[in-house]
Amino acid sequence: MIAIPAPHLEIDVLILGMVILVWETFTTTTNKKVFAYIGMIGLTLVFIASFFVASQPIGGQSGGFWNFYTADALAMFFKRFTLVTTILVIAMMIDYAPAMTKADDRASANLGEFFSLPLLTCAGLMYLVSAIDFIFIFVSLELVTISFFVLVSFTRRNPIALEAGVKYLILGGVSAAFLVYGITWIFGATGETNLQRITAAFASGKIDNYAATFGAVLIIVGLGFKIAAVPFQIWVPDVYQGAPTPVTAFLSVGSKAAGFVVLIRVLQPFLMLPNMQRLVVLLALLTVVYGNLAALPQNNLKRLLGYSSIAHAGYLLIGIACFDGPAVTFYLVAYLLMTLLSFAVLIIVSQQTGDEISGFDGLGKRAPFLAFAMVIAMVSLAGLPFTAGFFGKFFIFASAIAQKQIALVAVGIVTVACGFYYYLKVVRAMYWPARNASHSVAGWQAVVKNETITVSPLSRAIMIGLMVATIVFGVYPQPILRAITPQRRQVATTSTSTH
Amino acid sequence: MLLFLVICPIAAAILIIVGAPARFTALVAAILNFIVGIALFSEFDRSTAGFQFVRSFTVSTDWRIHFAFGVDGLSLLMVLLAAIVTVSAIWFADKIDDYERAFYACLLFISAGAIGAFASIDLFFFYAFHELALIPTFLLIGIWGTGSRVRAAWKITIYLSLGSFILLIGLILLYQSLPPPERTFDIRELLQASVVHPIAVPDQRHIYLLLLIGFGVLISLFPFHSWAPDAYASAPAPAAMLHAGVLKKFGLYGFLRLVIPMLPDGAHYWTELLVILLLGNIIYIGLVTIAQKQLDWMLGYSSVMHMGYIFLGIASANVLGSTGAATLMFAHGLSIALLFGIAGQVRNRTGTLSFEDLGGLAKSMPFAGLAFGFAAFAAIGLPGFANFASEIMIFFGAFRHGWEMQRFHLFQIATVLALWGVVISTVYMLRAYRSTFMGTMPKRWAKLIDLGAGLRIPVALLVAGLMCVGFFPQTVVNIITPAIRTYFTTTK
Repeated sequence: MIAIPAPHLEIDVLILGMVILVWETFTTTTNKKVFAYIGMIGLTLVFIASFFVASQPIGGQSGGFWNFYTADALAMFFKRFTLVTTILVIAMMIDYAPAMTKADDRASANLGEFFSLPLLTCAGLMYLVSAIDFIFIFVSLELVTISFFVLVSFTRRNPIALEAGVKYLILGGVSAAFLVYGITWIFGATGETNLQRITAAFASGKIDNYAATFGAVLIIVGLGFKIAAVPFQIWVPDVYQGAPTPVTAFLSVGSKAAGFVVLIRVLQPFLMLPNMQRLVVLLALLTVVYGNLAALPQNNLKRLLGYSSIAHAGYLLIGIACFDGPAVTFYLVAYLLMTLLSFAVLIIVSQQTGDEISGFDGLGKRAPFLAFAMVIAMVSLAGLPFTAGFFGKFFIFASAIAQKQIALVAVGIVTVACGFYYYLKVVRAMYWPARNASHSVAGWQAVVKNETITVSPLSRAIMIGLMVATIVFGVYPQPILRAITPQRRQVATTSTSTH
Repeated sequence: MLLFLVICPIAAAILIIVGAPARFTALVAAILNFIVGIALFSEFDRSTAGFQFVRSFTVSTDWRIHFAFGVDGLSLLMVLLAAIVTVSAIWFADKIDDYERAFYACLLFISAGAIGAFASIDLFFFYAFHELALIPTFLLIGIWGTGSRVRAAWKITIYLSLGSFILLIGLILLYQSLPPPERTFDIRELLQASVVHPIAVPDQRHIYLLLLIGFGVLISLFPFHSWAPDAYASAPAPAAMLHAGVLKKFGLYGFLRLVIPMLPDGAHYWTELLVILLLGNIIYIGLVTIAQKQLDWMLGYSSVMHMGYIFLGIASANVLGSTGAATLMFAHGLSIALLFGIAGQVRNRTGTLSFEDLGGLAKSMPFAGLAFGFAAFAAIGLPGFANFASEIMIFFGAFRHGWEMQRFHLFQIATVLALWGVVISTVYMLRAYRSTFMGTMPKRWAKLIDLGAGLRIPVALLVAGLMCVGFFPQTVVNIITPAIRTYFTTTK
């Protein structure tokens, strides 16, 4: 049996990204899609390799890099999660390439970079889920954020994309500043940047609680930007709408998942501080309510998915507030499946009729397969049984009920019902015309003209795969719950020790 | 065999989506299900109370969720109801122009959801299967509905999703109210555990209230009923048949299956509230029904009203009343399905269901008139139909609840008032019958075609079900009673 040291995975991904970047500059090929396929194959190999990683020596938590790096079950699981996300995002980028040429003709010359940057982001995300030291968290977070700056404003001659890029740049900078400031406060209070040693320092009880709390709050603010928690969500709708759609998908899944993993790791020591749980509960409340209510009137599907990602961040925060690591993990997996599925459909449909919801009108007639895929995605996002989304909500709310968080549960009832409305709005559009609208809407004109949409075999295979996974995990969640069992035990001990 | 009942409609629906001929596949699947249902009914061992034909697959060991099926007398009756109504609903479906495949697939999904919910002996899948029907209902009303269909589709979906989420919270609380090592989603073990470790009384009270609201929304209990008439009036006839006939019984079934045995003290505490609400169903909704001017709205309201009787049986908390409630669920399912089916046929032929425009249709459609008459008499509760047998059990059961009292007891007053409900339902049913099928016929209806020979089969099936149970109530009573008797012996 081969045993690969865990850090090699990230190094491989980085090398792959660099090679594609350089290679692309020196070749004269006009068909840049080759690089996308190379990237996907390379990541798939890394994904397979991740199952042969040498198991971590028991006792020594560290895997190298001066105790910056861990390869525990949680980290390994999310490394695979990130790899899968990146592969799917690159596949979507292939579908999206023609649309980019339309938006900005010069961007198409740089398609090679467009395909290689996600690899660098992926490496950053993989480092991030392994990071157990504030310095390392900050560095890998910046690697992720900087590559996203480029990706978000890739079609920069399009004013909306430029606006998105600038907003993301400025708010990303601000959040990094908050994070660094928070880290310095923590360092000042404890003299440590390593999370394990910070935990030990807190346990010793000789810490200035006020300084530590202040630092923790600043860190939550910094991370709040990444996971789009209210009140740090302002950038989300504009950036989601303006960025190229595959990048939006990457932002909403990859970046958010890594943010939550960091939050799980960082909050573990800090939840011992007084009032910390209450703060997270408050954040969760604000986020679910705002995300769901603001999503109700949206007419643009990309914006709608932006608000929905805020709403889901709220549900995930409920899981964080209840210390339930496995529930959060499962929710993230469900979120990956259903969000990427809806973005995959959106990318194909929007090239014909734009990304307003009205562009989906009559999709049931134009492209029954895409419409069906969208129904599955929306139903899962709304949280109906037999989809992964339902198990996600089920686990989250079960732990909220177990913790007697009545406010969270009561708000959850209302917001879940809101969710049904705005997700089913999309389903409605696909199958029957709105009450007031005549058949003049773009989607129905396409129906009248009898236009059909062709779906490439690759995207079709990916969509079928995502649909099947959504339904399988909606009936049989055990594989994911098992994959992070060590994490479960860890969380269980923390939660008992805080009570 | 039980697993087949659940998988067959889902498989048929998938085949239809992929490309099998829609109506033929759906009908074959429904008939197969019906045959298997009858076979189960005849093979069922009536002497014991436990679950039979049990099949179980583990889904999550951490949460002790199992994909498990099994039936006792109560659930077997519900499964049989679902199978019968599915056959007739699919048979009653007309030619569909738009999305024909999706139409039949949706009907099959509703059927699978209902059968799955009734046959599950795992709390999780009990809930999950019911939710399976939500989106198909939304699509059925929205795409193929009539009248203010969009409004009705949104209303039923938002209402039911809210109700079922409240229900979910209640069920999770129920699960967590047991001590950790006992926690399981297996309904059999839950029932036993609740006997060994009765749930604390204050917990019972608030869990009961949550479940009452959650199930109440799904059943259209009095203040939560407003989705039902809209939805049933706009839904295409097969959808209304399946939803009003079968799916709505899910909540009542849940009450009999979980609430009565597991939360006896909670039920006792909230009895007055429940009695007031169910009288709201019977009297208030009954009067509202009389005021309706359209056949479809009248039928929608009447199905809400009849839920009150079933609740009265459940609230009476004795074997007689609960058995009556279970039998009435079966009887009402058959009769309301037949009513909606005939009404749908009338609407297809005339394009209207307003009492003002109709009249004398029995001349041009004698068979439809006859069938509607049967169903209307059954719904009123005339002797000879299953509804009579079950309503009489409910009334006696409820009256008996306060037997030892010196003066009049709440339940006796409620029963007296509910008996007046029978008069109310006689008024509206006969009025509807008169203004639709009797009286002078406007000339334009002279050339209407009666129900074809094909449609007479499902009508005969439903009427036969009603009359069999009406004349021989023992056939169903003696399979329900053992299950229900255990509740009242173990809890007392």
